[in-house]
Formats: sequence, C-alpha cells, structure tokens
Amino acid sequence: MLAVEETHTALELSSGWFMENAWLIALIPAIGFALIIGFGKKMPFKGAEFGLSSMAASLVIATGAGIQWIQRTDSASPGGEEALGGLFTGVRGAVRAAEGAEAAPYIEPVVTQWVWWQNSGLEFGLGSHIDGLSVLLLWLVAFISLLVQIFSLDYVRGDRRYTHFFAALTLFSSGMLVMVMSSNMVQLILGWEIMGLCSFMLIGHWWEDAYNSHSALKAFFTVRVGDVGLLIGTAILYFGANDFAVNTLDSNGFDIRAIGAWALSGEGSSWTLLMASIALFIACIGKSGQFPLHTWLPDAMAGPTPVSSLLHSSTMVVAGVFLVARIYPVFWEGFNIASGGLSFIAVIGGITIVIAALLAFVQDDIKKVLAYSTVSQLGYMMLGLGTGAWLPAVFHVFTHAFFKCCLFLCAGSISHSGSHHSFDMKKDMGGLRKKMPITFWAWIVSTLALTGVIPFAGFWSKDEIIDNVGANGYTVLFWVGLGGAALTAMYMTRATYLTFFGEARGAAAGIHHDDGGHDEYATEHRETLITAATIDRELVMAGPAPQSLGAAAATHESGDRGDHRDDHDDHGDDHGDHGDHGPHESGKLIVVPIVILAFLALTAGFANPTPLAGDALGANLGEGVELIKTYVEPRYEPVFVDETAGHAGESVQLIDASTLPAVEDDGGEGKSDDGKAKCGRGTPEPGTVCYFPNVKHAVPELGKILLSLAVVAIGYAAAIGFCIAYYRNRNSRLVGLTERSRIARGGYLFLKNKYYLDALYQNVFVFFVSRPLAKATYWFNQNVIDGAVNGVGAGGKATGNWVYKYIDQGLVDGAVNASGKAASETGHGLQPMQSGKVNQYGALLFGAATVGAIVLVILNVS
Amino acid sequence: MLAVNFLLLAAVLFCIGVFGVIARRNAVLVLMSIELILNAVNLNLVAFALMNNNIEGQVFALFVIAIAAAEVGVGLAMVLMIYRNRKSIALDELSEMKG
Repeated sequence: MLAVEETHTALELSSGWFMENAWLIALIPAIGFALIIGFGKKMPFKGAEFGLSSMAASLVIATGAGIQWIQRTDSASPGGEEALGGLFTGVRGAVRAAEGAEAAPYIEPVVTQWVWWQNSGLEFGLGSHIDGLSVLLLWLVAFISLLVQIFSLDYVRGDRRYTHFFAALTLFSSGMLVMVMSSNMVQLILGWEIMGLCSFMLIGHWWEDAYNSHSALKAFFTVRVGDVGLLIGTAILYFGANDFAVNTLDSNGFDIRAIGAWALSGEGSSWTLLMASIALFIACIGKSGQFPLHTWLPDAMAGPTPVSSLLHSSTMVVAGVFLVARIYPVFWEGFNIASGGLSFIAVIGGITIVIAALLAFVQDDIKKVLAYSTVSQLGYMMLGLGTGAWLPAVFHVFTHAFFKCCLFLCAGSISHSGSHHSFDMKKDMGGLRKKMPITFWAWIVSTLALTGVIPFAGFWSKDEIIDNVGANGYTVLFWVGLGGAALTAMYMTRATYLTFFGEARGAAAGIHHDDGGHDEYATEHRETLITAATIDRELVMAGPAPQSLGAAAATHESGDRGDHRDDHDDHGDDHGDHGDHGPHESGKLIVVPIVILAFLALTAGFANPTPLAGDALGANLGEGVELIKTYVEPRYEPVFVDETAGHAGESVQLIDASTLPAVEDDGGEGKSDDGKAKCGRGTPEPGTVCYFPNVKHAVPELGKILLSLAVVAIGYAAAIGFCIAYYRNRNSRLVGLTERSRIARGGYLFLKNKYYLDALYQNVFVFFVSRPLAKATYWFNQNVIDGAVNGVGAGGKATGNWVYKYIDQGLVDGAVNASGKAASETGHGLQPMQSGKVNQYGALLFGAATVGAIVLVILNVS
Repeated sequence: MLAVNFLLLAAVLFCIGVFGVIARRNAVLVLMSIELILNAVNLNLVAFALMNNNIEGQVFALFVIAIAAAEVGVGLAMVLMIYRNRKSIALDELSEMKG
C-alpha cells in the first residue's frame, strides 16, 4: 500500500523558468516579424536587427530550456529509483542487463498553455509543451535560423525587398517554433500553415520573374495537396481519441499526448488508426518532399539561397518528419511497426532515398543537387521512423540540419563571390578550390558528414538508421539504405569535382555571360522537357567548351570587357560591391556561419555516438555518451493515471492486490525474454497509460560499421574515378556514351526529365483539370449554377416589382398618405377657428361649456 | 324662496360676465368680466352651502377667491406688458395668435 502511494507521488521533477516560459521562444520571433513589417524600413539596418535579435533571444531561451530539461531528466533518475524502493530495482537491473537501456520512469513534459478558444466544453490550448524532442528541435531551429540570418545580412544586402525578406524569414522560423512546441493538433496545424505561407513568400521572393512565382505556386499547391491529409487525419484522431482522452486523462482528442496514449491503449480500432496514419503521412509526403510529391522541393531553389538553406535544414521539410516523430504512437500502432510490418512510411522512405539520389546525378545546378540530396536524406529519416528506429531518425534530423545548412550556405557563398550569381556547376564553376579555401574546406567537411564517413556527424546518425533498419528485420530496406549511402557519395563527389576541381569555367574564370544576376539564374532553368537533341549542348558545356569560352574571353578582353564593367556598375546597386569581379572568398558575415556549421558537422555526431557506447569500435565509453537517447527519447514506462488513485481506497487496493505484482512479473519476465515490454507491445495494465512505445535499439557491430564504410568508400572511389576519366581526361569510351548507347541515353533522359513526374503532373493532372474538367465545370457553372442563381434572381426581381407596385405603393404608402391627408384636411378645416381673437376663444369656450351643461342636464334628467 | 334669489342673482352676474368676456375689447374689462363669472360661481357655492348646511361649499369659495386673485395678478401683468409694447390694450388688435 505504501509502495503504491510512492509510485504515484515519487517523481518530484525539477522545473524551471525557461521551460515554463518556453512559449516566448516562438512569440519573440512573431513580435520581431511585426516590428520588421511595422518599423523595419525606418531602422538603420532595415529591419534585420529585429530579426537577428529575436532569433538570438529565442536561442537563449531555448538553450535555457534545454539545460533545464536535462536537469529535469537527471532529477528523475536517481530520486525516482530510490523512491520506488526495492520493488522495481530488480526489474531495472534485468532490463539494463537485457537491453543495455535505462528503463527510467516516464518524464512528464512541462506544459504551459492558455485557452485559445472554447466551444461546448472543448478547449483549445495555445502554449508550449516541452519535452526532449521539442527542446531539441526548438534549439536547432533557433540556432540555424540565427546563423542563416547572419548569412543573409551580407547575401541579400541591397535587395529590393530586403526588409520583407527578413520579415518572412523571421515569421518562417516562428511558424516552425510554434509547431514544434505545440501540445495539441490545432496549434500544430497553425504552425504548419504559417510555414506553408512563408515558404510561398520566400520562394517567390523575386517574383518579378515568372519562373520564381511559378515555383512558389508549385510549392504551395503541392504541399496543399498533402495538407488535406493533415486535416483529415486530425479529424479522424479527434473522433477516435476524444472519449478516451476525456475519460482517462481529462483532456480532449486534440491533445497530442492523449492521442499517443489512446493509440497505445489498444482502445482504438486498428482500422481507425490505419486510416489516420495514412492521412497524416500523406501530409508528411507533401511537406517533407517524399516521393511522389517531392517535385516542389527542387523548384523551391528559385528562392534566395538562405531560404533554401533554412527550408532544407531545420524548418519546413523537417516538419513532416517531426509530425511523424511527435505522434509516433499512432503510426506505431497504425502501421503495426511493433511486429515488423512493412509500413507505408518505410516503403515511401526507401523509394525516396533511391529516386532522389539518382536525380541528383543529372543536375547541373548545385542547389538542385543539394535539394535532391535533402529529399534523399529525408527518405532516410522516414525510413528510420517507418521501421521503428525513432531515435536514429530524430538524431539524423539533428545532424542533417548542420551539414545540409552548411552545404547550402557554401553554395550561396560560391554564387555570391565565386560564380557571379550563377548556380550552374558546368557553366560557371570549377577550380574554385584555391580561390575560396574556407568555403571549400567547409564544403568538404559537410560532404563527408553527409556521406557518412566516420567520424563526421552523418556517420553516427545515418549509420544508426541503416543499422536499426537491418536489426528490426527489414533486410531489403537495409540494402536500399546502404545503396543510397553509396549513391550519396557518388553524386556529392560529382558536385564537388565540378565545383571545386578541374578547369575554371564561365564566371568562375572571370567571364560573365550576361548580367542578369538572379534573373539569369531563373531563366536558365525553364521547366521544359529535355530531348535527345539538347543532350549535345549539355555535353559540350561539360566538355572542352570551357577552353573555348576562355579563349573567347581572352580575345574579347579589350572590346567587351568595358561594356561588362559598365553593366556591373548598375548591377552593383542591387547586390553591393563585389570589389574584384573574379572569384574570391566571401566576407566575414558569410564565412563565419559556414565555419560554425562545418565545425558542428564535424562534431554534432558525438551527441549520440551509439557505437562508442558499446564494444563495437573498441572504445567502450558507457551509456552516458548517448545524450540524445538519454534526454530526447521519451521513456516507455507506463504511467499511473491520477484518476484511479483519486477514487476510493478500493482502486488503490486493486493496484496493490493485482496490478503491481503483475507489473513486476510481466516486466521481469517479458523484458528479459526479448525486450518485450508493455508499452507498444501489448495493452497497458488497467490504471496506466503509455505515452511512447518501447522501441528497440540495435546493438552496433564492428562488421556492419565496416560494411557501411566500405560501401561509402566504394561509392567515393567509383565516383572519383569517373569524374577524373570523364571530366578531366575526356575518356573516349565514356564521352558521348549517351549518344551511342540507346540504354544510356534513355536512362539519362529519364533522369534528366525527373522520371517525367513533372510532365505527368503537368500534362495529365493539370491538363485534365484544366481542359475537360475545367470546361465541364465551367459549363456546369454557367448553365446550372448560374442558371439557378439567375432564376432565383429573376424570381426575386419579379416578386420585388409586384410587392413594390401593389403592397408598398398601394397599401403601405396609401395608408400613410391617407392618414397624412386626413390630418392635413382636418387642420385646414379647423384653421379658421384659430382667429387669434381672445373674445372669440371665450365665446367658443362658453359655447362648449353650454353645450356640455345641456348634455349633462339632459343625461341627468333622463 | 331664499335660494332662488341667490341663484337668480348668480345667474344674472354670470351672464353679465359672459357678455363682458365676449363683447368687450378692453383687456382690463375682460379680466373684470372673468371676475364677475367667478364671483357668480362663488355666490352659488355659498348659497348651496347655506342650503345644505354644509361648510365645504364655503371653503371651496375661499379657494376660488384665492385662485382668482392669482389669476388676476397674472392677467394684469400680461396686460401691462402688452400695453408697454403696443401702447394699447385693445384685444381685437392682438391677432398674432392667429393659426
């Protein structure tokens, strides 16, 4: 009895100001946005100071919240164990021995919220919900946003919509922060939609060019297609979970924790959960650029580079992954991940890894290579989440943000200072290694991190995903992941070679084709299908053309050069002064964020180096090094619900009598068997709820690590060999292969045209919608709806006329006029009596009195 | 016998008053005619009080005398103002109240 009491009250968790006021993290950038819009143009830095300072303030609070969350988790572990007494200690020991994991108690999140609006007893909160996952993402978003804004100071300096750029960037971060800290689905949708809007604004930042505004629209509409799923899924979850949430947890069906608890309680039907999971995952496909809705992401490159960087690292595309990670119990049960079912998420993730990586091979635009790389890496995250590897997937979000942000900023730095606003690797880059050493080394570090080379950040996370996928029994997907890693190494090598090695071409060699600036970038990348005829031009560009271009430049040096210079002076108004127009290293404001991110790309992996925690690499540092696992992954221990304890003594008796020994037995035996714990692998005991399933963690092995490293090394070796043979030595067997071999040409065209997905969407869906469907709709609209509307209108008009003529004019006006006329006539009739003569008045008075007296007398007499 | 005399006197006085109100042009005389009418009424009240041996009629007559005094005060004040403005108190010239 006493022990039971203690289990309810034992967890004295520490809290803190930062965690309780974490809502400020999202509110401050929102206020910053309002200030920039309101006063930005009048400020000395055109509003950038508001953006930067709000992001810095958010970062400070997020850091504080993170530290306090760590303290909270620490305060639970030893204290909780003592309070629980000897009863559970044996279980703990068994668990640790069996799985090497800390079966620590569930840590309650810190929730601060206010009622946003309420309707018939249903309350929607708006506030913050702080647990490990949200703290990690809050810090990450604030940090990356701050660095990107610092980078933007120089990068978009002198832009025509500089202030609005910072406003949208700040609101964008704010939207992500709102979403990350949401404790209910309604707030989550709010943040989700803010981001959708801001991505539209930022991608279409230079909307004067039609391509950019088309890209913005494409991104917006493609994501909207998926967003329908989010609304449907939220509705399904609400109707499924509401009763459980109200009865058991005193919340409602929009509360994220309640939804998770409901999903794991076994009360919902598997059909409901499956439908909700599919609907929600469709939203994630749209937002996180998964196959087949990934097509908007590469076009989103039309926006300024800082936007691409922010969009692809910590906001927007991560939102879909975050959604899956946040309401993981729903997907866990819905797709039956516990029993190793081949889930929709994992399949989509696996497909995305491969198709996006293949597409990255045929891109000439450095940003598009990175965009497809992001799509591919998001596929890894989804693959991890879909196969039960929650922790590695979330960890990959964390590490990926650093190196992908760094790669994009490097691309921005190159275009800013190296290739004169061009992103075309074949035309305007090459040989930049010596000219831009800092950018080059940051790029190399991030590339190594992206491709998963030990000890860079990507290795620890991506390898963990692949390892866990294999360990959870998905052999095919395991090999897909490994193959994807090799492909990653290959396309990154190609991009690196074309950018930094070989001959300097085009702008990198100091030649400027024209001075369209950003417009030039846009016009180069029209959405057209590439035919066999255009391949020749492509190959010429990649081949000996640089030399001839260089020669052309040399001959025109005396003549055209002057004109170019003049153009540049005009151009300088837009983009600040570039000093020397040849390639050079970027300024401090650009280089410093890149260096910080490159440093983190090197080190961030040590936040959770799982192989170091075991014996796999020969250095057993213990579980303490797995920081993400300890502090971010929610604990899967069931939680006693207050309601049961709040009732009479008999329920406590019930727990004392039956439940508690059951917990001990079940836990002791089950877990020591095969990690079979209660949560997520069976219904929780009565009186308890689970908030997170018991995900398994693979134990790293040296063999698997060596295998994945070998795969990456083979990828590198093959790609380097190919690059040298093809781009430098012009190997005759390789050059022109696409012209000689029908298969090679077909494959190249297939990839170059992005699997014809855009063509499919454009020509089939859009065509169908725009032609027959639109015509049918138009006809229906004109003839049926308009007919009905017109009929109603005509009927209304006729009725109105009739009413006007007869009722209004005849009856109402007649009555009014008649009464007026009557009054007027009476007045005129009586007017002569008002003679103004007092004597006459007196006579009338007495006459009237006489008449009255006579009447009185007659009445009294008779 | 006694009552008839009183009532006859009162009726004569009343008729003289009414005639004065209707026929005279002088405002002061009209006011005096009104006084005649009121006093005719007073005479009636006192006579009936005497007949019925009831004091209330006499009390009422006192009220009428007091009100009449006030009425004459107001009336004479108005006549005085009219005289100041028009140098005349002829009522047939006062036709501004014509509707």
